[in-house]
Amino acid sequence: MSVTEMFSYIQGFLSADQDVREDIRKVVQTLEQTAREILTVLQSVHQPSGFKEIPVKCAKVRELFCTVRTQIADLKTKFPVEQYYRFHEHWRFVLQRLVFLAAFVVYLESETLVTREEVAQILGIEVVREKGFHLDVEDYLAGVLIMASELSRLAVNSVTAGDYSRPLRISNFINELDSGFRLLNLKNDPLRKRYDGLKYDVKKIEEVVYDLSIRGLAKEQESGVEK
Amino acid sequence: MSKREGEGSSRKNTDAAQDRDVSANPSSPIFAAFKIFQQELDTRHDKYERLVKISRDVTIESKRTIFLLHRVTSVPDVEEILNEADVKLDGVRQKIGLIAEELRGEDIHQFHRAFTPGIQEYVEAVSFLHYIRHRSLISLEEINARLVFMRAEKGSSEVLPAGAQVLTFHVTPSDYLLGVADLTGELMRMCISSVGNGDIDTPFQLSQFLRQIHDGFSYIGNTGPYEVSKKLHTLRQSLGKVEDACYTLKVRGSEIPKHMLADVFTSRSTLIDPEEGVV
Repeated sequence: MSVTEMFSYIQGFLSADQDVREDIRKVVQTLEQTAREILTVLQSVHQPSGFKEIPVKCAKVRELFCTVRTQIADLKTKFPVEQYYRFHEHWRFVLQRLVFLAAFVVYLESETLVTREEVAQILGIEVVREKGFHLDVEDYLAGVLIMASELSRLAVNSVTAGDYSRPLRISNFINELDSGFRLLNLKNDPLRKRYDGLKYDVKKIEEVVYDLSIRGLAKEQESGVEK
Repeated sequence: MSKREGEGSSRKNTDAAQDRDVSANPSSPIFAAFKIFQQELDTRHDKYERLVKISRDVTIESKRTIFLLHRVTSVPDVEEILNEADVKLDGVRQKIGLIAEELRGEDIHQFHRAFTPGIQEYVEAVSFLHYIRHRSLISLEEINARLVFMRAEKGSSEVLPAGAQVLTFHVTPSDYLLGVADLTGELMRMCISSVGNGDIDTPFQLSQFLRQIHDGFSYIGNTGPYEVSKKLHTLRQSLGKVEDACYTLKVRGSEIPKHMLADVFTSRSTLIDPEEGVV
């Protein structure tokens, strides 16, 4: 094989690769659009009026996740499944956002941590690599960490809205999450960087709980008296 | 002690969190889930580290082979060195076999960053040897064809002699490309040193070959991975040096007596040497 032939063979490979990336980018863009829509719906829970409408919002978000499922199904057709990690970077960001959104909805509904299996089910993907387009464990954890900072914001806003018991529940939840993350041996990677931010979320929520408890507000709520 | 406790309940809360951590409720679903994540991440990181280690070994051995090959210009028996290089490269292939084994059942691209430096160095060494022997560019298929390993299936090797597993390792086109880009630096060094030894033909062959590779890279241009465009610059420099050497040979070769040519170029190559750190 001559040098020229060899290089034109490689060039053919490279341009085919670029075409695939182009296709993936297009689908990922639509996914990002849907993710933003979901986020907008969920952002309204921070409004004082939003607290009463949480179930309604969640139902709406669940509907939007149907669109996500069809879009991800479309994404799956764009590349051979065994080359997942070759193109991983393209959807990594949006997938983490979607995990966050799914985890947030599940938390608002049941105040529990969404499992990896549940997220995979909500997004219409697999858990283990062997079965196809899957949810990488690092992406799942990153999404959960995004939710933690969202919850610390929610704790502040729920006090403003007059809901004094929610911060206590969030505090318990985040603490449990924190001890969970402390079990992991993280390398010096993006996930580790994000995890380093968790302690600030923990701190913020503790401050809210502290403010409530020295004013006796937390207990008042429990006995059902409000001033 | 009592003073410390009085410092505020926020402090107390963190203490409480730590206490909870020690006796973290093992039955809680979150704890159980994170235990699994811990295992999964640890296995993955361990595998990655092992691959990095193998890749280092591959790099070192390949570099040594290249050094060995540079001696062909100054030694009467070329074949002996080439055979020695073959033996060394066989050792490197065994190591790549270990990589292939680690990657069995895994997505090769997930761990690609761990072993890409080693593979590039291997491509460089193997293509250098191929060039010295055949004066042509080794193709990607030829490289991959040699990276086929036979591995007995664990445990059941006795029962099924025919069930020995065939493991293959595929060098990706980008790794191949980057390895070939490095090869040009070696060819430049070979050109300069062969002139030093009074070899007049090799520089012209090399400059022709380098020009072909250069044309190939220009053809790919910026469609390739990002590192390719960086290496293209170094490639231009190497090509320039080789072309200059040929020019000098042509112009002054007829004027200077053969036995003095070597001196002309040895002083040239020391002038060029300081820049080689870039390659």
